[in-house]
Amino acid sequence: MAGKPKLHHFNGRGRMESIRWLLAAAGVEFEEGLFETREEFEKLIQGGTLMYEQVPMVEINGMNLVETRAILRYLAAKYDLYGRNLQEQAWIDIYVEGLKDLSDMIMFFPLSLPGEKKMNLEDILERATTRFFPVYEKALRDHGQDFLVGDQLSWADIQLPEVNLMAEEGKPSVLAGFPLLQEFKARIATIPTVCKFLQPGSQRKPPLDEGSIETVMNIFKFERGMFLKNMGTI
Amino acid sequence: MAAKPKLHYPNGRGRMESVRWVLAAAGVEFDEEFLETKEQLQKLQDGNHLLFQQVPMVEIDGMKLVQTRSILHYIADKHHLFGKDLKERTLIDMYVEGTLDLLELIIMHPFLKPDDQQKEVVNMAQKAIIRYFPVFEKVLRDHGQRFLVGNQLSLADVILLQTILALEEKIPNILSAFPHLQEFTVKISNIPTIKKFLEPGSKKKPPPDDIYVRTVYNIFMP
Repeated sequence: MAGKPKLHHFNGRGRMESIRWLLAAAGVEFEEGLFETREEFEKLIQGGTLMYEQVPMVEINGMNLVETRAILRYLAAKYDLYGRNLQEQAWIDIYVEGLKDLSDMIMFFPLSLPGEKKMNLEDILERATTRFFPVYEKALRDHGQDFLVGDQLSWADIQLPEVNLMAEEGKPSVLAGFPLLQEFKARIATIPTVCKFLQPGSQRKPPLDEGSIETVMNIFKFERGMFLKNMGTI
Repeated sequence: MAAKPKLHYPNGRGRMESVRWVLAAAGVEFDEEFLETKEQLQKLQDGNHLLFQQVPMVEIDGMKLVQTRSILHYIADKHHLFGKDLKERTLIDMYVEGTLDLLELIIMHPFLKPDDQQKEVVNMAQKAIIRYFPVFEKVLRDHGQRFLVGNQLSLADVILLQTILALEEKIPNILSAFPHLQEFTVKISNIPTIKKFLEPGSKKKPPPDDIYVRTVYNIFMP
């Protein structure tokens, strides 16, 4: 019998968090190999299992999968979270790509230069409430079903509440103008597998605090001010 | 008969170029509506044609597809450029994502400050030679086939060729240590649909110049 998938990453959310959400929602138990220092990361690189010397990496079904999107798409296809046909798949892709644009901004926010933190947070919240959330609110309203796409749970339905929760950590009232998003988030949270993942003691990771920011910066040799450096609207 | 796909983007490479490559490789004719002014972008946004107010956008099969990767996947899937099963598809996906990470450096390059541009060419070359090319060189060497995955043309081959040619424009000898990639470049370039795309008069766009950069700033900067 195949072993459980094993996730290789640092001990924090980063790009692996979406993968944790998807596996948890699909009811798939997984293990984690979490490194805490540059040395441990380099040891993993030297082991030769990281195709581009980067994480996330997920060992699953005899493969060492890398590249967040490739991993997520594999899991979505494998666990029947990718729609019933090519058109539904396209819409799921579009919705998750939009969410990734927003979640990337949120993810890099802790690396802001101190003087730019306030401005960056305002930028994120403005983008969230004017460019992204209205799209999903409208999608839910127009589609009129329990899910974003088609008539069954998909990857997009898992990713949306994940990003809403992250945004709320930046500003608790950020969903104030979006009643359908609020209702959707609450409803997805009642799915038993998701509910379990949201309880304390699950493998869900907390947001970065100042101490863990320093750890992450040391492991990956990030610099402050990387935030928004290459995030164009082009 | 189905209408041709219609691409909405400025008249230059940017993020739409990969889409042009894949459509061309698949032998699909397409139309283009070039964005030249802020007013045109506004019109598309106000008309609710752009889901996230952004381009690329491709009108195809009754949908207005946005988000580059969604567009690339849809076309690849439709035209059998995504492997024969989930395992092949996932390999193709990993190769494409890595290549797109490298291509991203090329796409952003013209928009860097002039002082940073030369440094970035060095960075691109290093990333290509140390991180990405060795992966694909090994894949080709190990299985000895013409294509990266499953012995047939896929999205991975097309995007890799696009990226190699774009890098060669800036660093002509970038493939000097990679004999299998050199051979790959020649073989994939000679596939009839791709060969046609590489000839003058095709919809392939020239390297970005100052006019393109200025147009993009005019359209997208507030």
